[in-house]
Amino acid sequence: MAEFLLSPPLLLMLGSVVLAAVPRNVLPRTVLRALLLALPVYSLWRFWGLDFGDYAQFELFGQTLTLVRIDPLSRIFVVIFHLAALIGSIYSFYVRDNFQPLVGVFYAGSALGVVLAGDLWSLFLFWEVAAVSSALLVWVRRSGPAAGAGLRYLGMQMVSGVLLLAGIVLLRHEVGAAPGWAEFRNLTGFLEDGGLGFSNLAATLIFLAFGLKAAFPLLHSWLIDAYPESTPAGAVFLSAFTTKFAIYALARAFPGQSELIWIGALMTAFPIFFAVIENDLRRVLAYSMTNQLGFMVVGIGIGTELAINGAVAHAFADILFKGLLFMAMGAVLYRVGHVNGSDLGGLYKSMPITTGLCIIGAASISAFPLFSAFATKSLIMSAAVYKEYFWLWLVLLFASAGVFHHAGIKIPFFAFFHHDSGIRCKEAPRSMIVAMVLAAAASMTIGLLPLAGLWFGTANPFYELLPYPVHYEVYTTTHVITQSQLLFFSALAFATLMRTGLYPPELRSVNLDADWLYRRVGLRIWDGVATAFTATHRTGYAVAGRLAAAALETAQRHLGPQGFLGRSWLTASMALWVAVLLAAYLVVFYWRLG
Amino acid sequence: MAQHDHGKHGGRTYWLDRKGNVAKVFYALILIDVLWLAADFLYKKKAEFDAWGGWADGGFGFYPVYGFVGAFLLVLAAKQMRRVLMRSEDYYERRRGGGSST
Repeated sequence: MAEFLLSPPLLLMLGSVVLAAVPRNVLPRTVLRALLLALPVYSLWRFWGLDFGDYAQFELFGQTLTLVRIDPLSRIFVVIFHLAALIGSIYSFYVRDNFQPLVGVFYAGSALGVVLAGDLWSLFLFWEVAAVSSALLVWVRRSGPAAGAGLRYLGMQMVSGVLLLAGIVLLRHEVGAAPGWAEFRNLTGFLEDGGLGFSNLAATLIFLAFGLKAAFPLLHSWLIDAYPESTPAGAVFLSAFTTKFAIYALARAFPGQSELIWIGALMTAFPIFFAVIENDLRRVLAYSMTNQLGFMVVGIGIGTELAINGAVAHAFADILFKGLLFMAMGAVLYRVGHVNGSDLGGLYKSMPITTGLCIIGAASISAFPLFSAFATKSLIMSAAVYKEYFWLWLVLLFASAGVFHHAGIKIPFFAFFHHDSGIRCKEAPRSMIVAMVLAAAASMTIGLLPLAGLWFGTANPFYELLPYPVHYEVYTTTHVITQSQLLFFSALAFATLMRTGLYPPELRSVNLDADWLYRRVGLRIWDGVATAFTATHRTGYAVAGRLAAAALETAQRHLGPQGFLGRSWLTASMALWVAVLLAAYLVVFYWRLG
Repeated sequence: MAQHDHGKHGGRTYWLDRKGNVAKVFYALILIDVLWLAADFLYKKKAEFDAWGGWADGGFGFYPVYGFVGAFLLVLAAKQMRRVLMRSEDYYERRRGGGSST
């Protein structure tokens, strides 16, 4: 029993439920918060003592379900999800209400359930729990736009769940038993059998279910729509889990699936155009998240050990630096009330610490040498080079210059520098700063560890956490120089565009994206269908009414008091008619006999 | 919540408040870029790709040119995208407004 209750997913989920149920006057807020932080810390400590293998298994309807399966791929996600739960909780202590960290830790538990699931049924269970609990983090903003965005978000998450369920059911039909670990690990084989059989369809449905949560192009707009509508803390939790466990699921089930290479390449490239013209700086980060997920998807598609290591390492680093950037913008949102690039500027005077930490996040996502993405994204880039994907490499290089442009420069520049907007506010609350410092320190550590290994021969515990052994040197002369050249000349392009006035001004606006298809076109179609239905219903009702009235009138004419059939008849005429009837009967009878 | 103050921050003038200093930052960036470009003379690169006569990743100044041109064109292209994609802030709130979509 303890194995179940103390497994990372259930410990975090049940723990947060128990803490939520404790009445406020029983437990002082500080004690409750200490217990809340103790949950991920204890869970990680306990997890660290476990060896690779299966835990918390049980029988259900004749099938063995495995809640916890630890292997090198799941282990690294378990570690980072615990860290994200811890950092997100600390960050969210800026509000007196503990609802957000409690839901956040619960959501983290469900995400742990996904990455530890040892069969597809368990995966599906936690997949759905994560969908619902994360929607609460959108709604917690309690605003009109957040309510709508949360509903659309939940709708899309449910679509992913239905696709996954349909895929699992078809797979069960195909393999003739509960689809377990072997199928989960080996869906690439199913997808590449090329036929239109059930297994191929099943694998395609599961591929789309994972792809929706990994924000594949055209399936991505729930992320852009919902995350920026959440609260400062809600967005930090949201940015950490759903998309990353989708990356895990893709890496588990579809490594080396060649379609992923070009899907991922598209994901790295198209969002950066949107990010340049987007005014809401947290929405810029959401686009930037799609762009970073693209790098991971490319890595999974390439599928070599180096590439998978790169994808997983980049997911780890992204949770930290994207979290840090969301935290910095969340601090601005909390202090100023909005994060519109058009109305901000000069905040470095009021929020110097947040500015500094945001710049560390910006340098990390941009893959500057010494910062985290340099030590992670490089693995994916090099994997593309080793496989001689020239055009892919050019796209990724363009996307790297682009990410520096919109996330590395645009975010800190328009929020904290640019022209002085005259906004004067307090520095971010202490809890926010502590959380940001932790994320910044972790990001820098990831970036510095390979350098320490090179200079001092020290071990790199981060690389040791990756699923495959790392035989890769990040800090080579060529690599440091070329990456710096790419980034500094990208910065020069930005500065030139700003000074010449060619840079498009930040404007209060909405830019159409794929969600336009269901928020506008879909609604129009729905309205059209509804109008047509109403018209048909009205016409049908009118026609039926007229027919009924005519029938009533005919009946009344014949059967009414004055009607032919309703009249009172004379007994004599009735006797006459009976006699006529009998005579006719006799004639027929004799005619038949004759 | 934030307050608006179009004067100096607590009576203090920051280094970046002076226009001349912003220009200094720009010139410093140009200097840094020239130095990074010059770094290409300091070591020997090995081209991984044969494309573009090996210039693509082995030639002089490839990364600076690609970074600058890529970022420059990115912004100009994105600016043109606004013509097609930009709508007013309340676009999605006007659900049954009908009429023009601009």
